[in-house]
Amino acid sequence: MTVAGLAATFGSGAMTNSIDELEYTDLILATGTNTTENHPVIGMKVKRAVRQHGTKLIVIDPREIDLVKYADIWLRQKPGTDVAVFNGLMNVIIAEGLYDKEYVAGRTEGFEALKEVVAKYTPEAVEKISGVPAEDLKKAARLYAGAARASIIYAMGITQHTTGTDNVKSTANLAMLCGNVGIEGGGVNPLRGQNNVQGACDMGALPNVYPAYQPVANDDVRKKFEAAWKAALSAKPGLTLMEIMAAAGSGKVKALYVMGENPLLSDPDLQHVKKELQKLELMIVQDIFLTETAQMADVVLPACAFAEKEGTFTNTERRVQRVRKALEPPGEAKADWEIICGISGKMGYPMAYASAREICEEVRTVTPSYAGITYERLEKEGLQWPCPTVSHAGTKFLHKDKFSRGLGLFTALEHIPPNELPDQEYPFLLSTGRVLYHYHTGTMTTRARGPVERCPESLVEIHPEDAERLGIADGQKVKVTSRRGKVEAKAHITEKSAPGSIFMNFHFNEAPVNFLTNPALDPIGKIPEYKVCAVKLEAA
Amino acid sequence: MDKKITVTIDGQEVSADPGQTILEAARNQGIYIPTLCHYSRTTNVGACRVCVVEVENARSYVASCCAPITPGMVIRTNTPAIRAAQRMIVELMWSSGDHNCLTCEQNGACELQDLVYRLQIDKPRFPIEHPAYGPDSTNTMITRDLNKCILCGRCVRACNEIQVNEVLDFANRGSYAKVGPAFDADYIDSACVFCGECAQVCPTGAITFKQAKFAGRPWELAKTRTTCAYCGVGCQIDLYTKDNKIVKVMGNREYGQPNEGSLCVKGRFGMDFISHPDRLTKPLIRRRKGEDFQEAAWDEAYAFIAERLAAVKKEYGPDSIAGLSSARCTNEENYLFQKFLRGAIGTNNVDHCARL
Amino acid sequence: MSDTFILNGKETPYTPGQMILEAAKNGGIEIPTLCYLKGSTPTGACRICLVEVKGARSLMAACSTPVTPGMEVFTETALVHQARKLNVELLLSSGTHNCLVCEANGNCRLQDLAYFYKITDLRFEEKAASDIYPKEDQNPLIVRDFSRCILCGRCVQACNEVMVNRAISQGYRGKESKIVTGGDLPYHESECVFCGQCVEVCPVGALTEKKAKGLGRPWEIKKIRTTCPYCGVGCQQWLHVKDGKIVKVTAVEDAQPNQGRLCVKGRFAYDFIYSEERLKTPLIREANGEFREASWDEALDLVAEKFKEIIKKDGPDAIAGVSCARSINEDSYQMQKFFRAVIGTNNIDHCART
Repeated sequence: MTVAGLAATFGSGAMTNSIDELEYTDLILATGTNTTENHPVIGMKVKRAVRQHGTKLIVIDPREIDLVKYADIWLRQKPGTDVAVFNGLMNVIIAEGLYDKEYVAGRTEGFEALKEVVAKYTPEAVEKISGVPAEDLKKAARLYAGAARASIIYAMGITQHTTGTDNVKSTANLAMLCGNVGIEGGGVNPLRGQNNVQGACDMGALPNVYPAYQPVANDDVRKKFEAAWKAALSAKPGLTLMEIMAAAGSGKVKALYVMGENPLLSDPDLQHVKKELQKLELMIVQDIFLTETAQMADVVLPACAFAEKEGTFTNTERRVQRVRKALEPPGEAKADWEIICGISGKMGYPMAYASAREICEEVRTVTPSYAGITYERLEKEGLQWPCPTVSHAGTKFLHKDKFSRGLGLFTALEHIPPNELPDQEYPFLLSTGRVLYHYHTGTMTTRARGPVERCPESLVEIHPEDAERLGIADGQKVKVTSRRGKVEAKAHITEKSAPGSIFMNFHFNEAPVNFLTNPALDPIGKIPEYKVCAVKLEAA
Repeated sequence: MDKKITVTIDGQEVSADPGQTILEAARNQGIYIPTLCHYSRTTNVGACRVCVVEVENARSYVASCCAPITPGMVIRTNTPAIRAAQRMIVELMWSSGDHNCLTCEQNGACELQDLVYRLQIDKPRFPIEHPAYGPDSTNTMITRDLNKCILCGRCVRACNEIQVNEVLDFANRGSYAKVGPAFDADYIDSACVFCGECAQVCPTGAITFKQAKFAGRPWELAKTRTTCAYCGVGCQIDLYTKDNKIVKVMGNREYGQPNEGSLCVKGRFGMDFISHPDRLTKPLIRRRKGEDFQEAAWDEAYAFIAERLAAVKKEYGPDSIAGLSSARCTNEENYLFQKFLRGAIGTNNVDHCARL
Repeated sequence: MSDTFILNGKETPYTPGQMILEAAKNGGIEIPTLCYLKGSTPTGACRICLVEVKGARSLMAACSTPVTPGMEVFTETALVHQARKLNVELLLSSGTHNCLVCEANGNCRLQDLAYFYKITDLRFEEKAASDIYPKEDQNPLIVRDFSRCILCGRCVQACNEVMVNRAISQGYRGKESKIVTGGDLPYHESECVFCGQCVEVCPVGALTEKKAKGLGRPWEIKKIRTTCPYCGVGCQQWLHVKDGKIVKVTAVEDAQPNQGRLCVKGRFAYDFIYSEERLKTPLIREANGEFREASWDEALDLVAEKFKEIIKKDGPDAIAGVSCARSINEDSYQMQKFFRAVIGTNNIDHCART
């Protein structure tokens, strides 16, 4: 997602800068990230920057998240209008001549096309699309353009749209326009939601690329890996997660091997997913719990939790850090890597590794950006890739004098409305996301006393105006229905979401919100539109 | 770079940066000055006074944590008079609280106890009169016993200056002074987000981790540094374990980036799942669709999988097999997983939930 | 072995004459103890090892109740734990047990039990300070703090049964009870030979080592096992070390030859290590008869040169060596090898005859 959007623009898809820089920069633009709840420790640094270092903060978010309290300007756009808002900001900056002309001329391409498109997105036009007052938009544009160093941070609020890739490119457009990429304290910084989503991408757990984003379709690359792995490799890019599900449904995919994922709670339109998975001839799941997905499997393999094994994670700022064993696993559970070796051996392709360290040593030989990263070097502190040699200190921020692709590429983008918007039958807009106390499909946090005490169940955030109109009281059970399914949960009356919008989390299997969500995908990033779908709401 | 300043500490010429406090200059030189309320990277408040030193020509003893050095300053940190003053301060703190280590979870990891030991105090000179507050143990994560609070204010600064959660503050004055959330609420009823920073910085047993109580004394715990398994920040954490169970999770400022010792509620209090009875402990096989799972040996499970995967590959080709890797597994495991699908199966059908 | 009894519902073998405590331990069940001193006569004084025995009138002390055939013993019932906890609470009220100022903090059996039984408040009032015998702090080695004594009697057993020094015993009665030397004199005026075994076995902070005070808490200390450098017994001992300094010395339990015992020299006489008079550099005598400090290089060069000179002039037998009976075997071996192989003489001896 981020990988697709930023790779097209800059040449590589990752957080361009470091977490620590946020605390000492001049301006932070936070959009589509409820940072204090989903990345609390980064939220902490943003708050410290504002309170202690005079950093300006712009928040662009449909919900009144905690960070709004710390913001100089809050732009509350309608969900799914991000491209319009960013075009509007750029419209003002270009119209008022506030952009970094030298940077645009020297380090980017595609500016004329961008200029032409954003010219249409006057603050007034954007107000009509997004609901953001024209004056606020202008103020935000001037504030951003006026900062010597400005950092954009974003998360799933930007990516989980059918226009997700466009949204990501829009943030990149704005950052480049003001010369904010390739400098300390600047950049475009996706905050990755899961602990090792960066590492999973880096390691090539993606259908189109090998480790370090080397394309499977490239003959030279493939030959290199065939030699390294002593195996014949397919040149045909594979299927993405959502395509795999569809292919399971249509019978093209017969067997599915799942390591530590729980698509039966995390994927959109669950009823459909369940039907698709039922068609598989063979499903193997390895996990630490008998998850919703594992319950459907033919074989379930018990895996180690993170505290029971050795290895590395790569965090959202490209920092590779050690994972260390503190506990013995329960029963006969094994580390995931041991299980893969076990299966592979029986399939006649021996993978004889004695330790995670041995695997890491192999990774270094085929992954140029990890070549300088050894366990010895990670002992004291993590290293940020690219780290091409053992004497390289790692890279704090990317694209310093030159983008990975050469010139930064502006992309002229038009606003495209979400795939499904409220109508008479389904008059509410539903966004889904996370809450502070829980994580992803809840397999971990719903088994922790503290988080459960603070947040024991799924809640539907409803604006008081809507609640009053529908006669719904705080704590009352409500039924939320979409074209795909229905879910019941308690109402939480709050002004956090705008009237007409409701918010639910996806942590609880008692209220699987993904029965409701729309599986419409971003055409490039293949991400589902979790942030917008149409629902109706009634007292249960 | 400003010019260095020279001062004399305990007869030793010390060169330090302008703007440094006496405490910083001394510590850089390896000279020990006790502290309690001092917490680096937060405001120096000079609340506890145990860091007092003698400065020549100063009217009274100086709190070294707050006093900046000036050129030519002559400082003494370890005279009998200073030690006597420090003893007096510690005894006063001791006598104003309920500091019996026998029933205190912080025994062995308490900075007040360390000072009593270091200053070799045998007996309190003053009668012990603690305020007899009721404990706040209304939540499952943090216990507060303000009878053990020495009002150093580290929790207040941790909450406001480190985490910027802005929940804790001082209330009341004089001997009624206490720390806590607004309106004297219990944590559970306040805006507290349970990051646990206050308990991590508390030098005594006033704010402690409830689930760690009676789970093991500090000296019985093993400490393992690892990376948090929740969001993408990758916080560096210390798992404290005993008898193969996690007792508590702590941040460690010595580890530096990315979290500089701070944690959130999930990293701090979200680890129960590891020792949860729901954990899978044996391979399970469903031999025919519709049948129940049966426990199996690893070899049996591997053989079953290999045979079935080989059959599918043979009949429908490698692209009829797909794999979902995991953003929660390690790099090494993700690497092996994709290598397995590409090298052993022969398909590029490998993805993970990066988009979810 | 045919004799069995029922331990927590499980048939368990035992050796006739065995106490419940020992038989249970062999059966895999640990029963907490306090006054029990392995190898000595059980006294049943502290009542921490109470267990339920079917048919018995009251709870029984496992350390001093012999197993009988078919006896049904329960070690983990609510009643047992309640009674043990109560006994811990009563012991806590027998003096002042604030660990804040106790040298045994972190190495205290009573503290361990209070933690195990999750005691958060002191249920009974502590003994008044005026009812406690004054602290004895007059000798340089052992501090006796009666405010922390729980009268378990382990020190008495160690003195009488383990070391057979017979210097201390239980004295007075009731709330006046006290562990006394003959005539209730202070240690240094009594028969005590300062073997320190009483300190070694004291489960609380009543008997502590004076020299160790303030040098480091148990959790700050590294224990290094070694062999005593004094007489030829070769007692096994632990050096408790912090910041490169010995805090105290204790005996290695269950190890030959001393089986947990030490004498006054082994336990207390390590101070010479830190003597100001220790040699720190090589010394060379000047022409004026005075020593001067020299570098290792200079000293070794001088010695080698002189040896070579003498060998050349007067032959190897003009040189003799005295090795050391306190050195490690490796040193002695090296020394004789040096004289025989390098110098070329058998003139090598040591103080075995003196």
